[in-house]
Amino acid sequence: MATPRPAATRVFQNRAFLWLCLVATNVAVVVLAVLLLSIFWQGFGELDWDFVTKSASRKAEDAGIKAPLWGSIWVCAICALTALPLGVGTAIYLEEFARRTRFTRIVQTNILNLAGVPSIVYGILGLTAFVRMFGAFGSNLENAVEFGSPESLFYLRLPFGSSVLAAGLTLMLVILPIVIISTQEALRAIPSSLRSGAMALGATPWQTVWGITLPAAVPGIMTGAILAMSRAIGESAPLLVVGSALFLRFTPENLMSEYSVLPLQIFNWAQRPQAEFHALAAGGIIIQLAVLLTFNGVAVLIRQKLQKPLL
Amino acid sequence: MNGPLQPASDLPSGPARGASAAFDLRSLGRPRSVRGRDLRERLIVGSLAVAATFSIAVTFGIVIVLANETLGFFRFDEVSVTEFFTGTEWNPLLGAEKHFGIWPLVAGTLLVTVIAASFALPLGLVSAIYLSEYASPRVRSTLKPALEILAGIPTVVYGFFALMVITPALQKLNPALADVAGGAFVFGNYNALSAGLAMGIMILPIVCSLSEDALRAVPRGLRDGAFALGGTRFDVSVKVVVPAALSGIVAAFLLAISRAIGETMIVALAAGGVAQITANPAAEVQTMTAYMVQIFLGDAPAGGVEYKSSYAVAATLFVITLLLTMLGQYILRRFREEYD
Repeated sequence: MATPRPAATRVFQNRAFLWLCLVATNVAVVVLAVLLLSIFWQGFGELDWDFVTKSASRKAEDAGIKAPLWGSIWVCAICALTALPLGVGTAIYLEEFARRTRFTRIVQTNILNLAGVPSIVYGILGLTAFVRMFGAFGSNLENAVEFGSPESLFYLRLPFGSSVLAAGLTLMLVILPIVIISTQEALRAIPSSLRSGAMALGATPWQTVWGITLPAAVPGIMTGAILAMSRAIGESAPLLVVGSALFLRFTPENLMSEYSVLPLQIFNWAQRPQAEFHALAAGGIIIQLAVLLTFNGVAVLIRQKLQKPLL
Repeated sequence: MNGPLQPASDLPSGPARGASAAFDLRSLGRPRSVRGRDLRERLIVGSLAVAATFSIAVTFGIVIVLANETLGFFRFDEVSVTEFFTGTEWNPLLGAEKHFGIWPLVAGTLLVTVIAASFALPLGLVSAIYLSEYASPRVRSTLKPALEILAGIPTVVYGFFALMVITPALQKLNPALADVAGGAFVFGNYNALSAGLAMGIMILPIVCSLSEDALRAVPRGLRDGAFALGGTRFDVSVKVVVPAALSGIVAAFLLAISRAIGETMIVALAAGGVAQITANPAAEVQTMTAYMVQIFLGDAPAGGVEYKSSYAVAATLFVITLLLTMLGQYILRRFREEYD
């Protein structure tokens, strides 16, 4: 047996480790502070109403983020409208209906694997599946099948090309696993006694889910959905692959419009050598972070206000 | 699919025999048809099942697209499969003779990832131990949201931070480094260290919060037992709790590393564009993801061999991250300690 360490050594060891912990944790906090301060310091001068209402320009002093801001709103709206029903539906099926078969196990493992796929790879799938539709409608947009006139709000064309719709669907692929996993966790947190109670009263499985389980899980699902959407707003690599414009003066008019998004506009400005554009990028980042903080704040609020103890 | 009770329509439609006249079952409303309800039930569950199958379709989509386009790439005359997997030169865009050897891109990715991991993994684990074992509830409740904010920041912001803050800070060291090894360690505007550090900051919250989850899942009894044997808090956390949570911690590390390997915007902004095999953190490197950005931003005509090469790179990236994810899941399943 090893000789016991003297008490002084052990106390010192304990102390030293506590200090190490404090230093390590503070590094994270200091880094966050430096990051936010440096960006605010660079970008604060850019922030005024013009910055939000003007479109891109080759001259830094005239440039604004109107087009990418609206592009982001369009793309994220499409992403939310497709990813949330699909993701929540999948999670409900897996948690509430599917028997534990080989099939559901494969689906489950597959979802975990999909969550680890780099977002730029989803961009490649989006490029082939949505932008070009596997080449089924010819290799360029001249042979596209069109519905409605290009000026109308309801204009559609196959393939989608580099449009807001293709971008929104691509982002849907990116956040789908996140939505599924967080919804599953929210559903799992609902005590099974609630389900048993509903079943005992004669409710069918779907009536139980719709009337009892889902309402109880809404706070958890909403929190997960909001966090997934905040990922979608900041995502830029897949949109770069599906052909988002980096420089655009106009906002989207229909699902087939060209678009640019906020993170890619920031990327574009940050890439340039001139310092004026870096200030613009910092300004864009401030807006982006403000949107994100609002999202996170809402998620926290929902968690606090709506979550009632269930047992 | 039926509920455990008999459907309401099986009940007698008149006043139940023997029931008091004051209670009429009909006051509950007309019972709905069982068949209609069953049909609706089946339709809903069916459509939910279709939604669940969609995720499988996505996986198949990714695999088919990547495999198909990668095969297309290997059909070009300039390309050989052997060179792709063993070659040490990657210059599809420059030079008279094009070379497609994946190793420079893999090495670049590896260098940046190693820098990020050696910064974020120890720091994240120690912070997680602090949050889970030492911190008071008040400290926790302020630090956790700060970490969540860090986790939600878009990666392009970290790229901007690397370019505008980390790189200039590193360049302040240049006068001291100019005489070392003939100036090989002088930092340029693009370098692996800056991108790696920014990436480390990016994965730090992932490491920290996932490790903390694993640590907190260790039951109290283990800690109490260790304390009862006279362990200090250091003994308890490092020699009992961390080993007990090891599978979760390793899985967190693997997830963070695979996130770093697939990260795009930071390296596209800060790491530069020279595909080379080097271990010098001051050197410019190109990662797999950064190469894809370069191609898809329009440096190569669509359909050409350079353009198709990005699919082969994407396939390599996909396989690497998939293996890491699967390894993480295997470790979680195989080495999880069950205490209940």
